[in-house]
Amino acid sequence: MRSQAKIRAEFFVRCWAGFVLLFIYLPIVCSALAGLSKSRYFIFPVRQFSLEWWKRTVASFEVQTLVQNSLTVALLVTFISVVLAFFGALAFARYDWRGRQLYQKLLLLPIFFPQAVLGLALLLWMNALGITPSWRTAVVAHLVWIVPVVTLVIAIQVYSYDAQLEEAAVDLGAGRLFIFKEITLPLLWPGIWSGALFAFLLSWGNFPLSLYTAGADSTVPKWLYSKMVAGYTPMVPALGTMSTLSAAGFLLLGGAVIAFIRRRREK
Amino acid sequence: MARLQVSSGLRYASPVLIFLLLGFLAPLVTVVAYSFASPKSFEVFTSFTLANFSAVFDTTNSVWTSFVWSLGLAAVCTVLLAIIAYPIAYGLNHAFGRYASLVSVLFVFPLFVSENVRLYGWVQFFIKNGVVDGVLNSLGWGPAPEVLYSPGITLFGMVYTYLPFMLFPMTLGLSMVPQDLVDAAADLGGGRLMVWREIELPLAMPGILIGMLLTSVLAVGAVAEAKILGGQSVITVVHDIEIAFTYAQDWPLGAALAVLLVLIIGGLTLAVLSRLDLDRVLGRR
Repeated sequence: MRSQAKIRAEFFVRCWAGFVLLFIYLPIVCSALAGLSKSRYFIFPVRQFSLEWWKRTVASFEVQTLVQNSLTVALLVTFISVVLAFFGALAFARYDWRGRQLYQKLLLLPIFFPQAVLGLALLLWMNALGITPSWRTAVVAHLVWIVPVVTLVIAIQVYSYDAQLEEAAVDLGAGRLFIFKEITLPLLWPGIWSGALFAFLLSWGNFPLSLYTAGADSTVPKWLYSKMVAGYTPMVPALGTMSTLSAAGFLLLGGAVIAFIRRRREK
Repeated sequence: MARLQVSSGLRYASPVLIFLLLGFLAPLVTVVAYSFASPKSFEVFTSFTLANFSAVFDTTNSVWTSFVWSLGLAAVCTVLLAIIAYPIAYGLNHAFGRYASLVSVLFVFPLFVSENVRLYGWVQFFIKNGVVDGVLNSLGWGPAPEVLYSPGITLFGMVYTYLPFMLFPMTLGLSMVPQDLVDAAADLGGGRLMVWREIELPLAMPGILIGMLLTSVLAVGAVAEAKILGGQSVITVVHDIEIAFTYAQDWPLGAALAVLLVLIIGGLTLAVLSRLDLDRVLGRR
């Protein structure tokens, strides 16, 4: 039995969420329109649609280098952060140890830190060490922010992990490596995959860290910003839209993999 | 032998800890060291002066205004987001049913789109000959009022960018409220407002607090919104820091500003986090 008031509240909540979602996607759609119109400067309503700027963007050698940089950074960040965060998450959620409370709080600090300032701080530190910034140092910078995020994502999976299974396996005489391979890893796979997905997407879209720590190398978001400030062409919204669409593609693919793992586990 | 053994937790934590020591704490220490170097120099670790800090607090300088702007905008942004996100967080827990996960994904996805791209989309929405202007012109009501490059649009951009950071902790917080308890209170004759104030709100508070902390901390560090949408009509703290490090080539001043910002953020973060049990919030059974 549901009261009239409750039904009205639910209706309001649905409308409100729809309205906010509309707002969230509005600028993304505007950008897509700007990249698909023929004119050099964005005019709405769009007079003539064309794929010209998309074609130019794909053909541009400069853009290819950017995409290559962004992909390399994101893949390296994904791999390294998942490995570090996997162990970090076990320490975060699985084991009770003396420094854990402090460790949990320390780990959250980089997430709360303004990224532009983090980038500048890393720049100072590299300068002090005599390291020249390049895409390699950008990998390190991304990791400082992304490792804590991925650790949290995996930790949430670890919380729902039944540690008694490991103890039972020990009692039955299983070795450490065997337990790790046959129990710990398979049970945590969904969390690890979600963590990897987060790592890749957050690195792919990151701007403030790349701005200060990639030196002369450019990534997609960094290039887009420099062109927004000076030298706008419709290649900016075109590349922006492509970047958004590929992020959506990765998200769908990653989501499908996670759903597949979950389903297989339930069997 | 047993006394020498390191706990498993510490052993697993050590790679992350060592990495953060080198990649997070060491850069912070460098910034602190720079903030005590003589102004407009690169004499880090060799000179010691408080001149940079006194320059920030000097009222004849205008640097302090950026702190006022950043803190003010962050406070308003956090309050607005709490109001905007609460009904959605409620809906994700109670009203959307099997669509809840789809709705969450739709709200998460923008996080993976570079904020420049999203903010620039708003520029194209509001700019002359853009979407608003174009629509109003074709209806004969144009031209559209100028909204870009003002403090108001900066605030709008911040509310837009940080919504997910409020929404998800809040959703988590609301999911910690047992429905039985709410029903029981209602059965015992508690009014809707009373049940909300006495039961739902206090039980959901850890999540709401984390959301408010996240958004206010991120908003104090906001810069892209002010640069892209605000057109520098507002200079935020981080923008001032960037200016000091780039155009002005005054690294010690930038470092001093960064240290003050870190103190504000760190104080806020530790004050809130020390009241929370992270294990419970993140769902340890």
